[in-house]
Amino acid sequence: MAIISFRSDEIHCKIVYYGPGRGGKTTNLISIHKALGHQVRGELLSIDTAGDRTLFFDFLPMDLGTIGKFRIKISLYTVPGQVRYNDTRKLVLKGVDGIVFVADSLEARRNNNIESFGNLIENLQDQGKAFDALPVVLQYNKRDLSGSKVALIPIEEMEKDLNTGGRYPSFAASALKGEGVRETFKKVCMMTVIDVSARLLKDRGMSLTG
Amino acid sequence: MADLILTKQTLDRIDSILQTLLTRSGAHTVLLIDKAGQLISFQGSMDQEKVASLAALTAANYGATTAIARLFGEEEFTLLFHKGKDENIHFSNVGEEYLMITIFNNNTHLGLVRLEVRRGLEQIEAMFAENLRQWFNS
Repeated sequence: MAIISFRSDEIHCKIVYYGPGRGGKTTNLISIHKALGHQVRGELLSIDTAGDRTLFFDFLPMDLGTIGKFRIKISLYTVPGQVRYNDTRKLVLKGVDGIVFVADSLEARRNNNIESFGNLIENLQDQGKAFDALPVVLQYNKRDLSGSKVALIPIEEMEKDLNTGGRYPSFAASALKGEGVRETFKKVCMMTVIDVSARLLKDRGMSLTG
Repeated sequence: MADLILTKQTLDRIDSILQTLLTRSGAHTVLLIDKAGQLISFQGSMDQEKVASLAALTAANYGATTAIARLFGEEEFTLLFHKGKDENIHFSNVGEEYLMITIFNNNTHLGLVRLEVRRGLEQIEAMFAENLRQWFNS
């Protein structure tokens, strides 16, 4: 649920990083947090268990500056990926405006990706939200392992599994090395801000730039 | 959950209700947030960065508590209270979609805070209901 304030001319959006456990959602946020200057980002808040796994969520608020007359504020969240934390995932998804699905490129995790993607669609339906109506970006993470001994799923196969018809923009990435993280983030921000502003400003005969 | 468009008048009105609540209850900070964790309005003394984290954590905390309530056949717990050594936090439901967080120390009493929060949230609920009516009629 986006909020638009006409007093301070601010738009607040919520973007959620979704995907299977151990896929690199939190690493994406850490990487964004490191890459951005102090003026843009807030504090990264993480609730994790002793084993480094996200227990509840990670949260990173940011101020992207102004587009036209509006100041854009974005809250980034990750969900816990483990299957048993579905109630928590539903909570974090509440009021979401844009989604990044972080898929794990390891061959061994192929089914986890497909399962998690199905779970995302289901959880959104529970909220009465159509998956197709939301801005979604796919990220194929851990591509830095190509060439190593670990078997990776080829990008084309991942597209076939998760992105039939190429409906969603997708990026190969290595969250650990920071590759593809910025591209994914920029894309989802752009799509979300455009979507939210079209939805909220059109009724008032306005656009972002005027 | 619907999007929320806040006009200057609405925000000014919310600010004034929250400000009155602070003065009358003796609390030092009050926030109005939505259940997705986004801040709507904030009055009092608190670091801006902490405010964003507090809003996100409160919404999650409230959601988790609602899930606990359902285990016992309750629809939800409409208020929560955390007591600390010096600081206390009171959380309250505002309508279906919003939460009010009031932070106070030992200079005031829970009873007074609860009374004033009740008064404040009735005013905010009435205002949202009025906005909705106007929107339907427009």
